[in-house]
Amino acid sequence: MKNWKSLMLLGTSALVLVACGNKDANKDAGKDNTGEGDFKITMITDTGGVDDRSFNQSSWEGVQEWVKENNLPQSSGTYIQSDAADQYIPNIQQAVNDGYDIIYAIGFLLAEPLEEVAKQHPDQHFGIVDGFVDLPNVISLGFKDHESSFLAGVAAAYTTETNHVGFIGGEKGFIIDRFETGYKAGVEWAAKKLGKEIKIDSEYAESFKDAAKGKQIAASQFSSGADVVFHASGAVGDGVFNEAKDRMQADSSKKIWVIGVDRDQEAEGEYEGGNLTLTSALKQVGQAIKLTSNDVMKGEFKGGQVVYGLKDDGVGLSRGHLSDEAWKAVEEAKKLIVDGEIEVPEFTYSQN
Amino acid sequence: MDVVTLLHLVVSNTLTYATPLIFTALAGTFSERSGVVNIGLEGIMVMGAFSSAVFNILMYPTLGTSTPWIGMLFGGLVGILFAVIHALATINFRADHIISGTVLNLAAPGLAVFLTRMIFNKGETGPIARTFGTGNIPLLHKIPFIGPILFSSILLPAYVGIALALISWFVLFKTRFGLRLRSVGEHPKAAESVGINVYFYKYSGVLISGFLGGMGGAVVAQAIQGNFGSATIAGQGFMAMAAMIFGKWNPVGAMWAALFFGFSQSLSAMSSVIPALQAIPPVFLQILPYILTIIILVGFIGKSESPHALGETYIKSE
Repeated sequence: MKNWKSLMLLGTSALVLVACGNKDANKDAGKDNTGEGDFKITMITDTGGVDDRSFNQSSWEGVQEWVKENNLPQSSGTYIQSDAADQYIPNIQQAVNDGYDIIYAIGFLLAEPLEEVAKQHPDQHFGIVDGFVDLPNVISLGFKDHESSFLAGVAAAYTTETNHVGFIGGEKGFIIDRFETGYKAGVEWAAKKLGKEIKIDSEYAESFKDAAKGKQIAASQFSSGADVVFHASGAVGDGVFNEAKDRMQADSSKKIWVIGVDRDQEAEGEYEGGNLTLTSALKQVGQAIKLTSNDVMKGEFKGGQVVYGLKDDGVGLSRGHLSDEAWKAVEEAKKLIVDGEIEVPEFTYSQN
Repeated sequence: MDVVTLLHLVVSNTLTYATPLIFTALAGTFSERSGVVNIGLEGIMVMGAFSSAVFNILMYPTLGTSTPWIGMLFGGLVGILFAVIHALATINFRADHIISGTVLNLAAPGLAVFLTRMIFNKGETGPIARTFGTGNIPLLHKIPFIGPILFSSILLPAYVGIALALISWFVLFKTRFGLRLRSVGEHPKAAESVGINVYFYKYSGVLISGFLGGMGGAVVAQAIQGNFGSATIAGQGFMAMAAMIFGKWNPVGAMWAALFFGFSQSLSAMSSVIPALQAIPPVFLQILPYILTIIILVGFIGKSESPHALGETYIKSE
């Protein structure tokens, strides 16, 4: 019995030692590289991880660029990856303990965990991307995805030859609703301008991962005559791009296009004989992080909500393979939105 | 849309989902017929998907359009290597089959993503160079009406899978090798008493399983996903095990079960094309595959009986 107890004691103390050792090592390393008083930021990913080819990756690219632009050592910008939803709170907590000047939580999934931690640390600055937390020490970075989707709709309408376009969403909800609503409004606006009728197919995969489902939905839409498909569905889009590639490789006389989302998805559209990524609806998450970090560095951090739209280049559309005519129409629509002449609707089904 | 286009769409959408399941359900059948539970199919698929995606990207400049096919074989070979672990653990070291299989499932994603990071310096491979694409089956695609629906511009590995199902059925039920493999799964003591090398047949079952499972993963990576990342294989291995049980441990039955899963899964993706489906709320279409499976399992299939000595450790008598 005694032996057991001492063994256990030894075990736990070893654990504690290891834990302390790690922390101290981290702190020392931080000090060595950054020096006293240097500025550092970190971000916490959602389960997509930093290589998700979506907003986690854009955020991380923004952090890295920001570090470079301010001539800071690399350790001034770090990330913590969440492998499961139950790691959100511990990860945020860990970042607080490590002492960063601002901590970004990436994605609306982290909004609730962040709120919980942020309440307990009113002096710590936080940022949340794509979500909203109503606390004075949190800045919520929102994006007008419906505005970029509107432009994607205009591009689709000007490109389609069959007068039939498609939309493929991930999980149904208010985030993707913005994309669908904006896209439809854009197609309708351009169709009116062109004096024709354009049919829009809209379908949800109810997943952000199931590429097979994306391939099936894309097959249905292409088979029924759509020749431009806009996807806002994360990795489901991999299947959409693949279906389009299969079709172009089999018969390149019927040109079909896919519109990418969040990042420039030019690379995904490459196939033998060309590229089928028409354009991508961009979301400059990295830009938002850079601007906010600069404010914090100047000591001008303000809590509340900032929404980036076309006006401040927070969202946009890539030039891609758009024809000159289509690009001109996109530019025109963009100007009208920025000037406030077109008001893009934001929600169809999720909010009234 | 005319009838031929519509039916062709139904067939190709069914095959999109079913093809990896056919390969992997056959994989499970071989292993379990030899008496070794292979719950590690998911992990084997991960390794097959990972290795074929890497192979595809690196070898495309030299191999050209045949890359995905050779990549599929390569994925199968890596599947065999991975299955050796399972065979060693369960057959030689008498480990619990479920635990060994779970080890494969836990180890594979970590290992594959780690290696992807080493090779590409990021967590996923990026788009592969050449997908399987679609093609016509020679001669058969010229049959009127049926040809354009079943055999033209279709996912070719699907027909490889169907052919393999028929071959597997022949091997298992019409050859000496198959009879012995099954006898080892039913009653290894009796098999040994008549001079059958039990370990050899168990190894054969597990390694064939690794080969087919690796190919199943390779089909996912090279035909559907178009890259490899941590989310590429998400549950297909377990769906394949369900298809195997649904098909009563018979290769042809497993194939039909996989096709059935594919068909019911594809319905919810086609509501924009089939007007009748639009009247049904999407939720019902999404739960349809599961409801249909339960109804058929309960109502029509009858008892699905596993090999008698499945999951039991066999200790050679001296």
